[in-house]
Amino acid sequence: MQYNSFNTKLTFFQKLKNLDLILLICIILLGIISAVSMYSTDGGEILFHTRSHITKFLIFFPMMIVLSFLDIKVWHYLAYLFYAILLILLIWVSIYGVKASGSQRWINLYFINLQPSELMKVAIIACLAKYYHRVGLDSVNTFQSVLTVLIILILPIMLVVSQPDLGTSILIASSGLVVIWLAGLNIRYFVYSFISLLIALPFVISFLKSYQKLRILTFLNPDRDPLGAGYQIIQSKIAVGSGGLTGKGFLKGTQSYLNFLPEKHTDFIFTLFSEEYGFVGSLCLLLIYIIIIYRVFKIGSISRSYFAKLYCYGFSSAIFIYVVVNMSMVLGLLPIVGSPLPIMSYGGSSMLATMLGFSIVMSAKINHKHLIS
Amino acid sequence: MFTENFNAGKLQTINRRMFIIGVFKVVIFTGIIARLFSLQISDNKKYLTLSDKNRLREWRLPPVRGEFVDYFGNIIASNLKVYQLHIIPEEVEDFRHLMLRLKEILNLHDNEIKRIIKRKEKKKPWETLVISENLTWEQFAKINYFLHDLVGAKPVLSISRSYPFDDNYTHILGYVSEVSENDILNSEVIKNNHVPGLKVGKTGLEKTFEEQLIGVNGVQRYEVNAYGKRIKQIDYQEGEHGKRVKLTVDTEIQKLSNKLLKGLAGSISVMDIYTGEIVAMQSSPSFDPNLFLFGISHDDWQLIRNNPLKPLVNKTLSGLYSPGSTIKPIVALSALENNIVNKDFKVKCTGKMEMYGQTYHCWKKKGHGIVSLKEAMKQSCDTYFYEVARKLGVDRLRETALKFGLGEKVLQDTFSIEKKGLIPNTKWKQDNLGIGWVIGETLITGIGQGYTQTTPLQLCLMTAQLANGGYKIYPRITVNENEETYEEIKSLIEKNKQLNKGLLEASEGLFSFAKGKKHEPLYRNFENIKLIQEAMFASTNEVRGTSYSSRINDPKYQFAGKTGTSQVKRITKKQRELDLNTIDIPYNDRDHALYIAFGPYKNPRYALSIVIEHGGSGSSAAAPIAKKLFKLILDRHEVREKIRKEKSEKI
Repeated sequence: MQYNSFNTKLTFFQKLKNLDLILLICIILLGIISAVSMYSTDGGEILFHTRSHITKFLIFFPMMIVLSFLDIKVWHYLAYLFYAILLILLIWVSIYGVKASGSQRWINLYFINLQPSELMKVAIIACLAKYYHRVGLDSVNTFQSVLTVLIILILPIMLVVSQPDLGTSILIASSGLVVIWLAGLNIRYFVYSFISLLIALPFVISFLKSYQKLRILTFLNPDRDPLGAGYQIIQSKIAVGSGGLTGKGFLKGTQSYLNFLPEKHTDFIFTLFSEEYGFVGSLCLLLIYIIIIYRVFKIGSISRSYFAKLYCYGFSSAIFIYVVVNMSMVLGLLPIVGSPLPIMSYGGSSMLATMLGFSIVMSAKINHKHLIS
Repeated sequence: MFTENFNAGKLQTINRRMFIIGVFKVVIFTGIIARLFSLQISDNKKYLTLSDKNRLREWRLPPVRGEFVDYFGNIIASNLKVYQLHIIPEEVEDFRHLMLRLKEILNLHDNEIKRIIKRKEKKKPWETLVISENLTWEQFAKINYFLHDLVGAKPVLSISRSYPFDDNYTHILGYVSEVSENDILNSEVIKNNHVPGLKVGKTGLEKTFEEQLIGVNGVQRYEVNAYGKRIKQIDYQEGEHGKRVKLTVDTEIQKLSNKLLKGLAGSISVMDIYTGEIVAMQSSPSFDPNLFLFGISHDDWQLIRNNPLKPLVNKTLSGLYSPGSTIKPIVALSALENNIVNKDFKVKCTGKMEMYGQTYHCWKKKGHGIVSLKEAMKQSCDTYFYEVARKLGVDRLRETALKFGLGEKVLQDTFSIEKKGLIPNTKWKQDNLGIGWVIGETLITGIGQGYTQTTPLQLCLMTAQLANGGYKIYPRITVNENEETYEEIKSLIEKNKQLNKGLLEASEGLFSFAKGKKHEPLYRNFENIKLIQEAMFASTNEVRGTSYSSRINDPKYQFAGKTGTSQVKRITKKQRELDLNTIDIPYNDRDHALYIAFGPYKNPRYALSIVIEHGGSGSSAAAPIAKKLFKLILDRHEVREKIRKEKSEKI
């Protein structure tokens, strides 16, 4: 019962004081940078994308702070529910969802087209963190535990793949796997599943949609069809490469304003940024992400409750994965799979999910001395 | 609740594993930074170039082709602005869709679409396909309006040739048409200035002066967006207008020549007898070169190609005719020069002449009686010239004929189609036919039949050189600034005349040859030339002269000439007895009618030659044309002189 002494109620000002300032500054910085980039994608005017993006940031950022005042216990308590609701929403989407460009991912909520799969990226971490919070180290590798975890992981992945949305499902899978890894699942399982994945790969490929196969082929050789499937990768590389050391300057990215860049608001926002601000700018942006990743990790490391720790470690790694997958993709290191750059990319659900994720992190920071019984 | 040990084990695991992930993160981020470095720093130049290549498009503008003007500055080949539609098949996303849209917008016919597709299949995908060469402004505007829906289509402002005088200059100027692969391979200049839809000269002077006419194309550099839409102009490089070519030709005379030849197959050439300037040169029938500008239609082409009068042949330059009696001045001159005969040499013409078992007929059955040289020329007595030719021999005749411009190209390389003709001699026959010359052939050569073949322009040059007193001239059809003037040539000729008479020191005479063109005398004795000129005068202006009925009495227009009727087919004994009228003979068997003349007689300035294919006789078909021409030629002479004097004053 000695630990309970830490679980005293914090006053509002104590909570406010406990907010992680560096993390907040970094998020605000990202918000500003993304607004400026969005302004640039609109060709130097405040048009729909800029306005919408700023509005969303201005709604979701305060929401994140407000939600972070929720006790970590509450988050812990809500984790399964959060996951369950999203699972239901994913099923809902697969039946009643809004279709756009060949996939069915969205629920029309009138003020926002909600994409549950984005939120699932956070929910899966929280859910698994809660699960492992209760499970002892020796029970992690039991058949029952492994099976439970696999079911938790595979259900949403199956649903997202069927939308189809390969990018998000890969991100959900990797976020989940990171948590499972952190929780201490025997390394053997990873090795085995890796080998079996290799064996299964040819079969998996045969199940891929033709455009997905094309993307992989194109990734392996973008010049195969420069005006078709390879166009995005080639144009993105040209944009980044032509940026040089200091970039072409604000609103002067010819690749983007002359529309050579595809999807510049969303997946390729980094390309635009990189073209306009060059190597130096890209490094700065990368640095902000590194600080965020590090801060989230740091909050995890000072958290006393296992749930908070596992969640923060998981979320920190997840942000890392989002950033790396997105950047590798636009730099031609990975095939093109739809994956937004957190906060930078246009997209309400992605921003909402990221902010929700940060709320839990922030809550963990505020209540880092608390244990969860 | 969990125990502390239990908790510690979990913590140890999670921290250890987080550390591993941390190391992993560092490695991956280093990789990303390395990638950024390689793209943005190491390969920056490469990608910068690629980015510029993306956004900058160069438009090569068609060069403005130089005009042709006549002697008086009238434009006879000009340029028009035309609106065209080009397509690069490679840049088209959906060719079928594009064709469907274009069909709607331009109201294209199914057949036209088929033809376009056929042409597309022949070309490489990156080569420009010209869909339409001459759009109306409405069509052009419509295309521009729908451009966003016509990916790959390019509306282009281009320049096209225009020939305001239609068929009047076709055989001189030729025509332009789309560049062929051979044109590009053969000419560096065409290759350098090539833009899709460019037209280059295919025949005539358009072809000869191609490299001067073509000009240099301008270049426009635009920034374009990903859809190829021009955003703004970055750079503009003005092209160079092609060189203007001035011809020696007089459009008025050219037009009259064309009119006089309407419906006939034949040729008219008119030449300044001192400067060698070609004042008119028309071959008939002609055709409208404007038909070729935007691709000639099948029907039009068949009409031109299948015309029995052969409009595609330039008869003035590449039509080969037996000169008939028009050679007689040369035969007579050659005989005089070689002292074979003198002006008093007489022959009795009985209408025919027996020699080595062959009968040679004079055109006049009853014969001319006893004729002198002058009388024989005047009445074109064949018997006289059989006798003269027999005495002269073909070899000496050839020498004189060559001197006066037969058997050689008149305009050297100006027209690739020009023919040399043929002036035979004994050696030629031995070398080419492998048999020896027979005397009978000499006789018929003496009246311009047999192997002898000449072009109408050669006959014109021959006449000019007889008319100017027997001095060499250098025919040309373009005006060159550094060409010697009429006065210079005239004085040079005068000096040559004195020199020939031995009145001037030889050295002084040589000194005046400085300009290169000597205009040397072609005769040995000037009196011989004079005699020939007088004989030609008599032939036109004295009673019983063969072209007496076409004479002009007004001394201002008075001219001297010689008719010629050249046999196309050997006349059989039977036909000779029948003595058919021209009209009763099948067209292709009728004789060619020829006429050469110069005037005004008192102070000659112009020479001409007229050939009417299958026209019957020279006196009835060709000489009357000369009468009409000389009136205009000499009226126009005054205007021409004015222009010439203004020009020489300027210099």
